[in-house]
Amino acid sequence: MADVVKKATRESYGEALAELSTEFEDFVVLDADLAAATKTGVFKKACPERFFDCGIAEANMMGVAAGIASTGRRVFASSFAMFAAGRAFEVVRNSIGYPHLNVNIGATHAGISVGEDGATHQCCEDIALMRTIPGMTIINPADHVEAKAAVRAALELDGPVYMRFGRLAVPIINDEKTYRFEVGKGVTLRDGKDITVIATGLMVNEAVNAAAVLAEEGIDVRVINIHTIKPLDRELVIKAARETGLIVTAEEHSVIGGLGSAVAEAVTEECPVPVIKIGVKDVFGQSGPAAELLKLYGLSAENIADTVRKALKKGK
Amino acid sequence: MDNAVKKELQVNACKVRMGIIEGVYNAKSGHPGGSLSVADTLTYLYFNKMNIDPSEPKAADRDRLVLSKGHTAPALYSVLANRGYFAADELKNLRHVGSFLQGHPDMKHIPGVDMSTGSLGQGISAACGMALSGKIAGKDYKVYAVLGDGEIEEGQVWEAAMFAAHYKLDNLRAIVDNNGLQIDGRITEVMSPMPITDKFEAFGWHVITVDAHDFDAIDAAFTEADSVKGKPVAIIQHSVKGKGVSFMEDQVGWHGTAPNKEQYDQAMAELNAQLAGLEG
Repeated sequence: MADVVKKATRESYGEALAELSTEFEDFVVLDADLAAATKTGVFKKACPERFFDCGIAEANMMGVAAGIASTGRRVFASSFAMFAAGRAFEVVRNSIGYPHLNVNIGATHAGISVGEDGATHQCCEDIALMRTIPGMTIINPADHVEAKAAVRAALELDGPVYMRFGRLAVPIINDEKTYRFEVGKGVTLRDGKDITVIATGLMVNEAVNAAAVLAEEGIDVRVINIHTIKPLDRELVIKAARETGLIVTAEEHSVIGGLGSAVAEAVTEECPVPVIKIGVKDVFGQSGPAAELLKLYGLSAENIADTVRKALKKGK
Repeated sequence: MDNAVKKELQVNACKVRMGIIEGVYNAKSGHPGGSLSVADTLTYLYFNKMNIDPSEPKAADRDRLVLSKGHTAPALYSVLANRGYFAADELKNLRHVGSFLQGHPDMKHIPGVDMSTGSLGQGISAACGMALSGKIAGKDYKVYAVLGDGEIEEGQVWEAAMFAAHYKLDNLRAIVDNNGLQIDGRITEVMSPMPITDKFEAFGWHVITVDAHDFDAIDAAFTEADSVKGKPVAIIQHSVKGKGVSFMEDQVGWHGTAPNKEQYDQAMAELNAQLAGLEG
């Protein structure tokens, strides 16, 4: 796999903003002193007059974004997931969510793959927090192609959008020329009848790799990429539950409140089958290289494959 | 200010106060004290100052007002109703299930409300965003943010204060309703935000202090604000909580309590007498 091209989705975010700036001339971008890291700096370079640094004041930034949106102007507000969804949560809920304003939140450095900065910056709760806000769309792209498509979709969507991007370079698994992104529609990457792995973000590639290994063992795994966690593609999830009878979810997020919870909530209501959740198991992270941490916390193709084998052994 | 204009404002402010009492009494809950203290300023802004049109509440170039101290919604609603955004009868449905008059301002359902507020400290940030967006578009509308003196204990207010000065938002006015009381007592005893004037000055704002119940002074303050270039303007208004209803004035207990029937009758009798005095 030496020829795999990798790119961090935060890079895709910055690139997309800059590329879209000519097609959509009204939107502005806010950041909270992290433009170099969130990559909104790419947009800043292209359109300095449309970039506004809010300084280290995320709560105010979200409120400013709401005010801008209230005047009919599209706006992106960026920070690390920890501060965008965590620190500013109540502003996002009350000033953006409640009035259903067109604010696009670009949250980078999500999850444990932040790496060396450690637990204070490894936000594994953001999806859970954002899911509780009525009308909030949550997109967690798997790669560069999907991330760029998500930024465009967010611009064209009515209402607030939370986009989750990563710091770590991840393999580009979609073809930019042919990929069709649709908000709220999951993507079946591999059909299968024995079990379904539903993944999001950087775990999608891990799920694809796990399925390939399992196929050699004669295990037929369906792999679904859920890039839009809210609104969830219930139809696709329920169909998988019905047809394969067993689901494993995989996300770089707490097992509480994220993709796994969303899937389990849907499945228990409409077609109860076992749902086994792979994610950060209600613990804080720690410092270390991202690749090592992902393995340590079980966010790997190997762990997905193991989990699938055990689940099948235990039965449906 | 012209005497006839001033008298009309006084009459309207009195009607606005009646609407506040009507709303809070019928809701059996709400915040009369801070609504009454800000009633004159809101009346002045909507009846005399702001470039608004009740028949076009979403007009792109309109002036905007964000009631950052959102709990005093009864004052804003009463002003909007008296100004013709919706029927004054609706005030009786304040806080009732199914009514569009929510306990705190809701921009999605209330004509004339420019921003949903209620969680203290957030409105001024939104006002900054509106002001910035106006600057970007080259529009000359103005944005008014109304804050409580207790509200400025919220850290977000000072993040916004920094932002507004940094981006030279001279189309923004923050009005701090300094009535000296918050829920738990005197602001100086609960958590003093004093000196308010010095703080805003230190953050790079042009600061004007004014008597909140003197229309000549209010008019002078907002006129002065219009001459300021390159800086946001803070108008610190010295007000009386509960102003206009004798037994509510400067009483912390009337922050968030509705009057009973007897108190309602007395309040309305006092306001009717004031109105008769003005119109007589």
